[in-house]
Amino acid sequence: MSEQRNDTKFINRQSFIELNARERAEILFDTGTSRELAGPFDRMESPWLAMQGVTPQADDGCVVMKGKISGQSTVVIALEGAFQGGSLGEVSGEKLTAALDLACADNEKGIRTNAVMLLETGGVRLQEANLGLASIAEIMASILVLRRHVPVICIIAGTVGCFGGMSLAAGLASYVVMTREARLGMNGPEVIEQTSGVEEFDSSDRALIWAIHGGEQRFAMGLADALVEDDAQQMVEAVQSFIAKGVPAVHRSSEIALYRSHIAALDASRQWDPKELRAIWKADVATEDTQ
Amino acid sequence: MSEYKGIRGAVWFKALTGQSAPLSGGPASVLAADAPLGNDTARFLCVVPNPEGRFPCARHGEVGLEEAYTLATRVREVIHEDNNTIKRPIIAIVDVKSQAYGRREETAGIFLAAAAAADAYGSARLAGHPIITLVVGHAFSGAFLTHGYQANRLLAFDDDGVMIHAMHKAAAARITRRSVESLEALGKTIAPLSYHIRDYAKLGLLHKLLHVENPEDPPQQEIQAVQKELITAIVDTRNSPVDLRSRMTSPGALDMRKTSIQVRNLLETQWAEIRHAQ
Amino acid sequence: MEKIEFDYPAQHKVLKRAHVGVVGSGDLEVLLEPLEGDRAHVSIQTSVDGFKDTWKAVLDRFFAKYDGAVRIEIHDAGATPGSVLLRLEQAVEVSQR
Repeated sequence: MSEQRNDTKFINRQSFIELNARERAEILFDTGTSRELAGPFDRMESPWLAMQGVTPQADDGCVVMKGKISGQSTVVIALEGAFQGGSLGEVSGEKLTAALDLACADNEKGIRTNAVMLLETGGVRLQEANLGLASIAEIMASILVLRRHVPVICIIAGTVGCFGGMSLAAGLASYVVMTREARLGMNGPEVIEQTSGVEEFDSSDRALIWAIHGGEQRFAMGLADALVEDDAQQMVEAVQSFIAKGVPAVHRSSEIALYRSHIAALDASRQWDPKELRAIWKADVATEDTQ
Repeated sequence: MSEYKGIRGAVWFKALTGQSAPLSGGPASVLAADAPLGNDTARFLCVVPNPEGRFPCARHGEVGLEEAYTLATRVREVIHEDNNTIKRPIIAIVDVKSQAYGRREETAGIFLAAAAAADAYGSARLAGHPIITLVVGHAFSGAFLTHGYQANRLLAFDDDGVMIHAMHKAAAARITRRSVESLEALGKTIAPLSYHIRDYAKLGLLHKLLHVENPEDPPQQEIQAVQKELITAIVDTRNSPVDLRSRMTSPGALDMRKTSIQVRNLLETQWAEIRHAQ
Repeated sequence: MEKIEFDYPAQHKVLKRAHVGVVGSGDLEVLLEPLEGDRAHVSIQTSVDGFKDTWKAVLDRFFAKYDGAVRIEIHDAGATPGSVLLRLEQAVEVSQR
């Protein structure tokens, strides 16, 4: 490591979740190395929101920063969950895709550049509908190329969580880091209840929601790689450790045989206690790791 | 707006492959077959309704856990088998209602299943397999991300029964606190909101809109015309980069996604400035 | 959504720009930048229509104490006058760091 963080900053535990997207991104870098790209004063606002009477934000809810983590060149992209639920529109989507592509181009030139995505998002921004959906497809395509060169690390800290199309982006990441306050899933409880009925999913059942989508469960099933406290230093250390680990031998989203057999083995005639799946799934992941 | 009927996928799969049964070892909801297409043999993939399916929320044309992992398997087979030979084209025939909205699906991590299918399609594209998506009916949201949206080229029928969108109309109206009527009105001036395929085509994401007279019972000449378009798209793909940048350089994109292009140019410029400063 | 603009006389040159806040429910985003000359210009985009007088009152109060030559851009998602003042003061503080 070429640059150490200023440790006095962390004498007292600092909440990571309470930070906004810009602060979350900044704190991951070696002190004083980060620079924001296409920041608020560049005023890359959504062209679609104002025409629908919705106030835009100067960074469109997506912060891109470049700098060093553990002395290595890294780009961090953070979605701001407080703006439009962290949803992906044309601008925020393209910021994410372009940042990943620029990192990829540098890697191809021999300049190692890691990527970290901080995802707090409900997925597509419905005011930009088809451009948001197209953006997510492009983000996914860019992750697939970049992760051949360097680990693409996904952090879901909370409290929005990561849902909708962007849950697929998380699924493609090399490593997923979550807290107990974070959730990860394709469909949120409300949309399941509205589509398939309250008997399928009671969206007022908080315990059920956390039992299924919560960080602790996702980690225990082997669908996330680290479960950290809501502590900025722990988050920094988790990112540093995954950068040090490098590209995994096999990405989780390429483990088709393993997960297909998991699905085949399930009794689909009933709902499951999420805890049932922990023992079976995590055991296999642990076995894979030691092979 | 047309309701999802779930018949077009099977119709076009049969029309283009001459087959209608799923491969052994897979659920009945995923049709897969190799069939001649021009000088190639192509792999055709399609998700269809299966009322007998294991998972209750994935019986009516939704892409669920089994569908996603089976698509991933069928695509990965092609990558594996063609490692040292001509890269087989993969044709994704798309008429999908949505992803499966169920508790079982969420518990078992449908997000990863969907990612696995997209991973397989994307990996095949990067390995040099031409991936052509033919949207014959509905292509919604997570289902389209799972099955079709990683293709080199997107083709769709110019037909009212074809719909590509991020969310079904009623749900989108509810979430954005609008009436369905006002959502429809907005779609007339704001193309990305529209549910009409001709408005979608304006975004520059589609390679081509295909004219068909009878998409639910196509005569032989119509099938041949579609085959010809698929072959042309394959040739075009083989002469192009394996990434998705054509979706940003098309005439439609130059107009409708001009802000995206500005964003990318700005990031490129600032990225280079930082590198020189460091 | 409504767009509102105001101008105020200013005396002091400001050296640094500042960005605070987020366009989230009940909050707002403030972009403050140095402006040439002897005035301050404020432009507001707000999701809540019909509160021009309230905005004027809040900004009158703010500029009674602040005389920086700045361009202020506000993106508002229904913040209370109290939150608006707090964010403006925070922006000034950041610009003076």
